[in-house]
Amino acid sequence: MKSSKISRKDEIAKIKEKMIELFFFANGVLAIVVLIGIFYLLLSEGLPTFREVSIKEFLTSTRWNPVSYSNPEYGIVGMIVSTLMVTFGSLILSVPLGIACAAYLAEVAKPKEREILKPIIEMLASIPSVVIGFLGIVMVGPMIARIFNLSNGLNAINGSILLGVMALPTIISISEDAISSVPEEYKQASLALGTNSWHTLIKVTLPAALSGITAAVMLGMGRAIGETMAVLMATGNAPAFPKSFFGSIRTLTATIAIELGEVPYNTTHYYSLFAVGAVLFVMTFMINLVSDIVLHKYGEGEN
Amino acid sequence: MANEQIKLMIEDLDFYYGDFQVLEGVSLKILVNKVTALIGPSGCGKSTFLRTLNRMNDLIEGTKVDGKVLLDGQDIYDKGVDVVGLRKKIGMVFQEPNPFPKSIYENVAYGPRAHGIKDKDELDHIVEDSLKKAALWDEINDRLDQSAMGISGGQQQRLCIARALAVNPDILLMDEPTSALDPIATAKIEDLIENLKEDYTIVIVTHSMQQAARISDYTSFFLMGEMIEYGLTDKLFEKPEYKKTEDYITGRFG
Amino acid sequence: MEKSEVNQDINQQVEKEVNVGQVKMGSNDLKQKIGFAILRLSSWIMLIILAVILYDIITKGIGVINLEFLTQSPRRGMTEGGIWPAIMGTVFVTMITAIVSLPVGVFAAIYLNEYARKGKITRLIRMAIRNLAGVPSIVYGLFGLALFVSGLGLGRSILSAGLTLGLMTLPVTITASEEALKAVPNSYRQGSLALGVSKWYSIRTNVLPYAIPGILTGGILGLSRAAGETAPILFTGAAFSLPRLPSSLSSQFMALPYHLYILSTQHHSIEKVRPIAYGTALVLITLVLIMNLGAILIRAKFRNSDR
Repeated sequence: MKSSKISRKDEIAKIKEKMIELFFFANGVLAIVVLIGIFYLLLSEGLPTFREVSIKEFLTSTRWNPVSYSNPEYGIVGMIVSTLMVTFGSLILSVPLGIACAAYLAEVAKPKEREILKPIIEMLASIPSVVIGFLGIVMVGPMIARIFNLSNGLNAINGSILLGVMALPTIISISEDAISSVPEEYKQASLALGTNSWHTLIKVTLPAALSGITAAVMLGMGRAIGETMAVLMATGNAPAFPKSFFGSIRTLTATIAIELGEVPYNTTHYYSLFAVGAVLFVMTFMINLVSDIVLHKYGEGEN
Repeated sequence: MANEQIKLMIEDLDFYYGDFQVLEGVSLKILVNKVTALIGPSGCGKSTFLRTLNRMNDLIEGTKVDGKVLLDGQDIYDKGVDVVGLRKKIGMVFQEPNPFPKSIYENVAYGPRAHGIKDKDELDHIVEDSLKKAALWDEINDRLDQSAMGISGGQQQRLCIARALAVNPDILLMDEPTSALDPIATAKIEDLIENLKEDYTIVIVTHSMQQAARISDYTSFFLMGEMIEYGLTDKLFEKPEYKKTEDYITGRFG
Repeated sequence: MEKSEVNQDINQQVEKEVNVGQVKMGSNDLKQKIGFAILRLSSWIMLIILAVILYDIITKGIGVINLEFLTQSPRRGMTEGGIWPAIMGTVFVTMITAIVSLPVGVFAAIYLNEYARKGKITRLIRMAIRNLAGVPSIVYGLFGLALFVSGLGLGRSILSAGLTLGLMTLPVTITASEEALKAVPNSYRQGSLALGVSKWYSIRTNVLPYAIPGILTGGILGLSRAAGETAPILFTGAAFSLPRLPSSLSSQFMALPYHLYILSTQHHSIEKVRPIAYGTALVLITLVLIMNLGAILIRAKFRNSDR
């Protein structure tokens, strides 16, 4: 009979396995490093702005004119208002449409219909933002100009429409997940009371999916705030404080895109654009964080 | 029983899953070249117990083991023990046949290859030998390069046995190996187990008392995480010592 | 006796409710019909939006597409010639993105799905990945400028741009790879480990190979997004105009999305180059959709042959 002597741990093999695990761990931790790295670099490149500009002016002034020789001004309120305008404009379009579409896909559509609609939405999501911006110039702009009798259609409405289209796929797919993960028992219970499926959808299913839908809307909002090319191309980019939805606006992202290409390194103007980036980062980070908490509140079970 | 050689000696084994205690004070001797069956109602901890014997439970997070499992006198839960090496010694066959999506040949050669055997002739030899031991060679030797996913469930399970044998273990743990199979395939596996015990020590979890009675030399009855009774299979089924065992084998519960 | 009385009571009540229900049935049914019609309309609007976009670009862009357009450099201030350097620039930078993003993404996913234990660090990594996915692309541009272009001294180059896009697509490749690893049955891992095979060998030979199609599918989808991005490459390496292909990793490069941006906003005679802009948009969209289609085909092929 053979006696099985279990080998003691082979130290070299053990170290090798540990090193391999450590290697993969390092790649995972890289995500944290990059996130912190982004924030760190935005701050370290952005903070020198405040050697010459007061934080108060930066955050409260409506005038942005860094290239003036005599009196450069660095107020970002105009950009923030512009960004919020197009963002909320886009949500007015994308939230009702997105939730309706998600509800349809999750609860009403036949499998065949879903098979057609899902790839369409995926394709819509894959269209590059520069193409959307281009269409803002050549298609949406002229349309707006004609309808509202304006000299051109490059304004906040145009940006809102484009951003709305771009936020739709995000809102739809996450809302759909939320709606279809509402437990079947809830719906059954409602249907058993003799209510029809429309009533069940409106009074039971959608309210039960509300937290997920909220997260979806917030993620869509984060997308809209951070989107660059579409607003850069379609909103006119006048650096003045926005007057109305029919006027030209200039968002945080567009300002960075327009000006950073031309400023000399290591000037206050250069630093100030990183400070704008930091503001943008903080805004989207907070929104993502909140939606993340909403979405994953019950998902702690995942490893 | 006293003069038989002990392969595995389990002493006062507790097993916890989180705060939940699954096994409580299990002590058991597994004898060399015998078939030991573990029976009991579902959820009694028999499968968990089986998995403590090759430390497969280590893979589940939040588990804890107290007590000893001595393999030829050496505690497998000792700090310095090489778990990977341990599993070479103690093979395992699962409830569902789980062939890898590779060819039949590659399934059997997988273990030896992983352990560093590269020589083609040697691998050929191991594959043939293992398939013969698993009583599968005659059925499939003409299609070794076909996918293992394409053979019948019973053949798949015997392939998994061959795969385990190919790394030359001393002990074979089987976790309800026939529960997913039809009666004919089950009979083949039972015959196979009968033959295998000449070379291997076998521990088998089974949900079927008839199966335990047919194939095992010793039987151990588990109930709610405790080992209630252990003894020669014939004796346990004919004259159980404990009321709980009797209730179970007479079908009063489970 | 009592029992039957109660039963009668219930029966009467039920009857009453059914009656009430029937009375209201008509208006409720109508409500449902209208409601569902609105939902259906909202959904098919997606098709309309996509169709309008594709129709406009295809019909107005197809006219300029010919061999010269696809294989020549721009001439006469971009009013003539083709977009060859922009096509190849996008192809090259996407390849660099793949080289940066895919390995790191797969490795990180292997950690998360195969090694990570529940705990703070794992939760933190997952949160970081989800947050990285929401960082605006222009912020990645700033990051690439500060880190690669000036910090590491790589200059405005195709390498800096590729690295920036690589980091940007990381969340997509990690998530896709993890999904693919998750889809590999646990029995493959257990079966291998039960043979006394080491963990890494098991992953390498018995898990990873079966996740490759899924990883490729997700990876290509992520890359198609990178190929269409403009903001991250604005200040990290994209060139306004460059008649040659990039000769080394430190060269600047033309890219389709940036070229489209320039043609549609920065050109001195915008109306004149509009057809070329449409053609560029068509080529860009085609490239992106081909990548998407490729990803879908890979997924379909392996799904059929495997199971």
